[in-house]
Amino acid sequence: MDEVFRALADESRRKLLDRLYAKNGQTLGELCEGARMSRQAVTKHLNILEEANLVAVVRRGREKFHYLNPVPIAEIHARWIQKYERPALDALVQLKQSLEKEHEQT
Amino acid sequence: MNKPKFVYVVYIATTREKLWQALTSPEWTRQYWATCWQDSTWEVGGPWNIVNGNGTVCDTGTVVEIDPPSKLVTTWKNQIHPELINVGPTTMTYELEETPLGAKLTLTHEAPEGGERFVEMVSAGWPAILSSLKSLLETGRILPTTDQWPE
Repeated sequence: MDEVFRALADESRRKLLDRLYAKNGQTLGELCEGARMSRQAVTKHLNILEEANLVAVVRRGREKFHYLNPVPIAEIHARWIQKYERPALDALVQLKQSLEKEHEQT
Repeated sequence: MNKPKFVYVVYIATTREKLWQALTSPEWTRQYWATCWQDSTWEVGGPWNIVNGNGTVCDTGTVVEIDPPSKLVTTWKNQIHPELINVGPTTMTYELEETPLGAKLTLTHEAPEGGERFVEMVSAGWPAILSSLKSLLETGRILPTTDQWPE
C-alpha cells in the first residue's frame, strides 16, 4: 500500500490517472499529447503507476494500452472510508426516527 | 480482437489454484459477489450464467475458452436490466498468473459497438468485489457491502 500512496503523491501522476479516467485504454503516444512533460518523463511516471498497480497495461499486437486500475483505491476506500459509513448512516437513521417520533407526539 | 473497455488487476497472496476455485465455485463467489454464483458446465460452448441469491438468472453467456487455473473467457449478456437487454453480448476474460507478489488476476471486459453502457455499469461493481475477494482469500473476511447489492 506504501507504493500506492507514493504513486499518488505527485501531481503529474494524478493528472495521468485523471486522463485515463476521462478516456481509458490510451497509448503512450496519446498520453504524451498535451502533457507538459517529455516522453521520458511520461514513461517514468507510467512505470511508477504500473508498479503501484494503479495502471494496468494490455498489449494488442504492437500497441500497448494503459488502463486506470481502481482496485488499490477500492482497498483504500474499504480500509479508511467504508467502515465509517455504516455507523454514520445508522446515526442518521436513528436521528430521523427520533425526530419523527417527537413530531408525532407533539 | 478489440481492445478492452476496462482492465482490472489485483494481486492476491494465494496460489492460482485457490484463486481459480474462489472465482468459480458457488460457495466462494456467493460470499464476496453479493450472493451471486455462476451456473456453468465449465466447458467450451457450455452455458455460463450468473444467478443471484433469489435464484434469478441475471446474466447469461457461453464459455468461449477455459484453461484452469489460468484462463476463462465467456460471453456475457444482461437479462434483467431494461436498459441492457438489447446490448451485447460482451466478452469477459479472467487471466491468472503466478508472480512474486502472489497470484495476479487480470479481468478484462470487451464490448461491441453500443455496449459501452453495459460495461460502464458492470465496471462500477468490480473494484469492490475484487478487493473483497482479495480480503476473503488473505484474511478470511469479506469487505462490508459486498454481502449484498447496494439498494
